[in-house]
Amino acid sequence: MTVESTAARKPRRSSKRTSAAKTPAKTQEGSGPQLVQLLTPEGERVEHPDFEIDLSAEELRGLYRDMVLTRRFDAEATALQRQGELGLWASLLGQEAAQIGSGRALRDDDYVFPTYREHGVAWCRGVDPTNLLGMFRGVNHGGWDPNTNNFHLYTIVIGSQTLHATGYAMGVAKDGADSAVIAYFGDGASSQGDVAEAFTFSAVYNAPVVFFCQNNQWAISEPTEKQTRVPLYQRAQGFGFPGVRVDGNDVLACLAVTRSALERARRGEGPTLVEAFTYRMGAHTTSDDPTKYRADEERAAWEAKDPILRLRTYLEKQELADAAFFTALEEESETLGKRVREAVRAMPDPDRLAIFDHAYADGNPLVDEERAQFAAYQASFAEEGN
Amino acid sequence: MATEKMSIAKALNESLRKALETDPKVLIMGEDVGKLGGVFRITDGLQKDFGEDRVIDTPLAESGIVGTAIGLALRGYRPVVEIQFDGFVFPAYDQIVTQLAKMHARALGKIKMPVVIRIPYGGGIGAVEHHSESPEALFAHVAGLKVVSPSNASDAYWMMQQAVQSDDPIIFFEPKRRYWDKGELDTESIPGPLHKAAVAREGSDLTLVAYGPMVKVCLEAAAAAQEEGKSVEVLDLRSMSPIDFDAVQTSVEKTGRLVVVHEAPVFYGSGAEIAARITERCFYHLEAPVLRVGGYHAPYPPARLEDEYLPGLDRVLDAVDRSLAY
Repeated sequence: MTVESTAARKPRRSSKRTSAAKTPAKTQEGSGPQLVQLLTPEGERVEHPDFEIDLSAEELRGLYRDMVLTRRFDAEATALQRQGELGLWASLLGQEAAQIGSGRALRDDDYVFPTYREHGVAWCRGVDPTNLLGMFRGVNHGGWDPNTNNFHLYTIVIGSQTLHATGYAMGVAKDGADSAVIAYFGDGASSQGDVAEAFTFSAVYNAPVVFFCQNNQWAISEPTEKQTRVPLYQRAQGFGFPGVRVDGNDVLACLAVTRSALERARRGEGPTLVEAFTYRMGAHTTSDDPTKYRADEERAAWEAKDPILRLRTYLEKQELADAAFFTALEEESETLGKRVREAVRAMPDPDRLAIFDHAYADGNPLVDEERAQFAAYQASFAEEGN
Repeated sequence: MATEKMSIAKALNESLRKALETDPKVLIMGEDVGKLGGVFRITDGLQKDFGEDRVIDTPLAESGIVGTAIGLALRGYRPVVEIQFDGFVFPAYDQIVTQLAKMHARALGKIKMPVVIRIPYGGGIGAVEHHSESPEALFAHVAGLKVVSPSNASDAYWMMQQAVQSDDPIIFFEPKRRYWDKGELDTESIPGPLHKAAVAREGSDLTLVAYGPMVKVCLEAAAAAQEEGKSVEVLDLRSMSPIDFDAVQTSVEKTGRLVVVHEAPVFYGSGAEIAARITERCFYHLEAPVLRVGGYHAPYPPARLEDEYLPGLDRVLDAVDRSLAY
């Protein structure tokens, strides 16, 4: 629709060109043989010839719990932004299966390089959710120790972290370790040169890295068709490693595919690109207004593919979870929401002089001088007050 | 080894060799740094002796080189990255500015970024476009980075040793047209701090501040001025971030006159920062306004014109005369 209206306003160079532009790129097909799916939107278990998974009832309930708590945390953060407690929030609503499935495929010694939306992966890594909110409240730029949970700081510049992940993975290989590295990014980032360079470097050095692309269909207001004319997972082929498209709203498939890719990396067989085909149910961030660029019908269609709902249906149908489980989880969710709310409200503003902290590791006389000047300037007000 | 006469290029090579020997976490990365030894041969022989795992020929992608170096640093390595020429650093500028420079602060000090980025810089070699630039101010302006440039073999050796040991990212500008200039190097001496300036020649009438390739020009200018009875002090800045303002101040309080010389364009250049700071610090000692000699606010010219663009002996002496005329 957007393409057509643009074409109508602009002069057409040739009919051939116009028709090419009108033809929808085959990047939007979220079904068909190329899509790995193990749990249908209706909650039916299906088999895939290449990817198997066999989980206990407890593990399945665990995945469900992870997704529910992640969504609850996310909703709380959105609410806190609306209440003025956070400056901004980037919601992961709709992407819970992609993040929990891939996150639960990781070993403790694996290393994660997230974007700024990987709240579900952070949850899987044991990063306290309140840690994620500091940067959105504006009290720091991240600040957690990446090495505590092998979960790197959120990276805001799109695609940059894919190179860090690749370098880190090169280091893992040099160390002779069998850990793997996973780099998260999105459909928008796939256009960045850094992502292409990360593909090149990882392929050339056979680095143990998994590129996990959450194709949530929208890079703020631009649909995937504005980023690519081929399905994203197919990009990998040109770089010399496999790419696979997985139903990003299917937590079982995301877990199975990521696990397989991580194992491949551990075996020294190099990188894999996983395209998790999912949908950003909410706005890009709390500052965004998706009603300006996308239709309600599209969101409604994806609502029917909700990642949490389908697992619940499966758990209930198979009698793998009882009412008590769901009730207890609801209570746990509310407790989490309350804890996050209280933690954010109690989060103090940093000390003014923190501006100068950590600018350099080995110190810098200029920073020392400016800190002293700033402190003296601030102190002069206190003196005036007296 | 005691004292030996060697070129800046050889001193850098020896220093990198020593770094690779001393610390197994040190890596060399860049385009053509392996078998070829780099287009300037600074890494000559290192891959042969330390292997492809430590002296790494990279794909031709500067952002990729710096971005993966950041990842390796996060894993505990100490990469020394070569950017082939000054004008080719810009694909990596994003990684340097948004990631490398800020990572330590972003982590509230919990991680460090011991990465050295070596950049052969400056003109005077008759090269084609993008091979003769002096972009140091673009890096010095960025908090989180440190920027240095040696002017002689001894500094090249020792400053590289110190840069590799630094836990902060260092942009290491190498004066490419001086690579083959020889000087005394004592590998057993105890070097001064990395970010301290050095008096290259003492004088009492005027201070010339320079770094990298312009130190030699300034020393020649000072010698020429001496013949006319003018005593010119030459201060080799060595570090463009942080700047050793104390050393500049000490010299200017003695001479009362300051001329800053660099190849980079004068506009927004390091000379502007030095002029502003020294005017503040030495207002009552100054006998003349601080003058600057440097490149023009125009794209670096074709090689046949570069001698007109680059500050040479005459332009430096002209500035000395103008300052002394006040």
